[in-house]
Amino acid sequence: MPVGWKEQTVELGDVKLRVMRAGSGRPALVLHHDIGTLDRLPFYDALAEKFDVIVPNHPGYGEPERPQWLRHPRDIAALYQWLLADLGVERASLVGLGFGGWIAAEMAALAPRDFHRLVLVGAMGVKPPEGDIFDQAIVSYLDYARSCFHDQGAFERNYGEVSTDQLVAWDLCREMSFRIAWKPYMYSQTLPHLLGGVRAPSLVVWGDDDKIVPYSAGQLYARALREARLEMVRNAGHCIDMEQPEALARLVVPFIDQN
Amino acid sequence: MFVMYFTEQPMSAYPSDIGLEIGHTALMFSNKYFDPVAGSRLYNEYLEHYIYAEEQGVEGFMLNEHHNAPFCMQAKCNIFASILAAVTKKAKIVLLGNPLPLAENPVRLAEELAMIDMISKGRLVPGIVRGGGQESLANGVNPAFNRERFEEAHDLIVAAWTREGPFRWEGTHYQHRVVNPWAVPLQKPYPRIWVPGVLSKETIIWAAKQRYPYIALNTSIEATKKIWELYDKTALEVGYEAGPENRGYLQQVHVSDSEEKAEKNARQFLWMQGEFTGLAHPVWSNPSGYFSPEFRRQFVEFAVGRAESPRGRPTFEQQVKDGRIFFGTPKTVIPKLRHVLEETRPSIYGIWGNDGTVSSEDAKTCIRLLGQEVMPAMREIGKELGLTDPFETNAPVHLKYSTDLKRMPQAAE
Repeated sequence: MPVGWKEQTVELGDVKLRVMRAGSGRPALVLHHDIGTLDRLPFYDALAEKFDVIVPNHPGYGEPERPQWLRHPRDIAALYQWLLADLGVERASLVGLGFGGWIAAEMAALAPRDFHRLVLVGAMGVKPPEGDIFDQAIVSYLDYARSCFHDQGAFERNYGEVSTDQLVAWDLCREMSFRIAWKPYMYSQTLPHLLGGVRAPSLVVWGDDDKIVPYSAGQLYARALREARLEMVRNAGHCIDMEQPEALARLVVPFIDQN
Repeated sequence: MFVMYFTEQPMSAYPSDIGLEIGHTALMFSNKYFDPVAGSRLYNEYLEHYIYAEEQGVEGFMLNEHHNAPFCMQAKCNIFASILAAVTKKAKIVLLGNPLPLAENPVRLAEELAMIDMISKGRLVPGIVRGGGQESLANGVNPAFNRERFEEAHDLIVAAWTREGPFRWEGTHYQHRVVNPWAVPLQKPYPRIWVPGVLSKETIIWAAKQRYPYIALNTSIEATKKIWELYDKTALEVGYEAGPENRGYLQQVHVSDSEEKAEKNARQFLWMQGEFTGLAHPVWSNPSGYFSPEFRRQFVEFAVGRAESPRGRPTFEQQVKDGRIFFGTPKTVIPKLRHVLEETRPSIYGIWGNDGTVSSEDAKTCIRLLGQEVMPAMREIGKELGLTDPFETNAPVHLKYSTDLKRMPQAAE
């Protein structure tokens, strides 16, 4: 069944947030990667068949207008609490993809009783006990995006011939990531100590070939969160949502569906 | 006319074949290839050259700094400036300059520069730069805030030099409980700040608004003229008429006692495989957020290998033809320099004399001929063309010390 997506702009103070929304049922806030997001993805559709899916475009990601004052992903976490309040959404589940996983974890830590379920997929946000988060500052936009995939065929299925518009969008995304997560790069030193309060049952998912965030970060999340399950998806890189959408949906949909 | 001698102080003893093989010679080119024995020899040779230069009549030294690359050995221009402050007597010490965004504590930088100014007995020109993208990466400084940090660090340094302490600084990027450095510059109101640059219009406009001389780095005559158009226009907007005292230029000029030898050595200006700062990935030189948004579209294509460098990679012959590299004996070089002076009318001129693997002996020959023949001739041409420098005209150190403003700048309504 085709899913009808609607786009709206929500004003939160001086931030104009572009939000895509589809489906009905339990609310699920899906937070995208540091390389921005394509407007339509099979994984989003699979969630929208069952849930009320809300996908905000992170402020300044892929867009020339940005809130100049943003300094930390925790600021985005607070903005999204504001978004949910304005939309009248209660007991949402959070689905954080990569960098979006960091924001989701911050949201859950800041409001430990607010959420139904927390799903972290290849989440950034904590210092991996082993290895480092791959630093995009050293490679080109194209090489970084390609590194997010286990199979280059999957990259090409999603992005096709990469347009100059897409490269510009990636550069804008990168600039925004530098503005808010330059040092320490893509993690918080305090977040691990705040995760223990989160009441929402959590699902931590990692690709078996994630070249961006080491698996040890997933293990840390699973240890620090009160009630967490750690799952591995085979033949997947960092962007499991784009590379193995069905396998990811098979894990996430029933998890959120639970009472 | 103020003429100064410049060299990048190349780490010429690095294994260039390995650099070529790896494909980069900057930022990530491993320092396991740095040879401190050669480094020690070269630092001391370069120091000797400056002392020799002063003896030969050179009136100024231009120093700079870069990081993680063989093309420039100075990791901190204040170190050489400190030494030269003590071991030379008359020459101006021109820093072009301290990369302000790299400073985590600009007050400390203000202290260092004040010390150098006093030790040198007021010979310091503490120019300032944004620093290339690679300098940000090499120092872990956020490139996305480069320009903001540059401007705020400048404001804080000038405040530390001119405001009575103690005072508090609550800025965007810098916060200080107590600013009260017990070292302030000898030169009043503060030492002259010059600003070098290549590409960014924002920097030209900013320099013009401060009334700081802008030093065009090795640009073509056409590009230099465009820079002055923008500078002059901005100057008029803030109430003054810009002249030669606001204009500086840096040029690659190698002189020798024969044309053949001069050409051979001048080819060393391309010693980093034709790239100004060595072979590097475009996203190192221009990390996201560092460059002007107007170049974004053009740049992203270059960064993924779909387009040529916006700066281009002209051959030696092309650069000679474009007048960006001069070489020869004083007799053949002076008319070429006269042409540049006539066309672009700067009063500050940096001569980038030696680079790459030019031998110490040839470097000294170049310095001797510059000091004894080329620079005096340029000063004469400068007089003839009315190219009076900021020291001669006693130009205001900053716009706010101007007494000749045509009208006060209008605040935007």
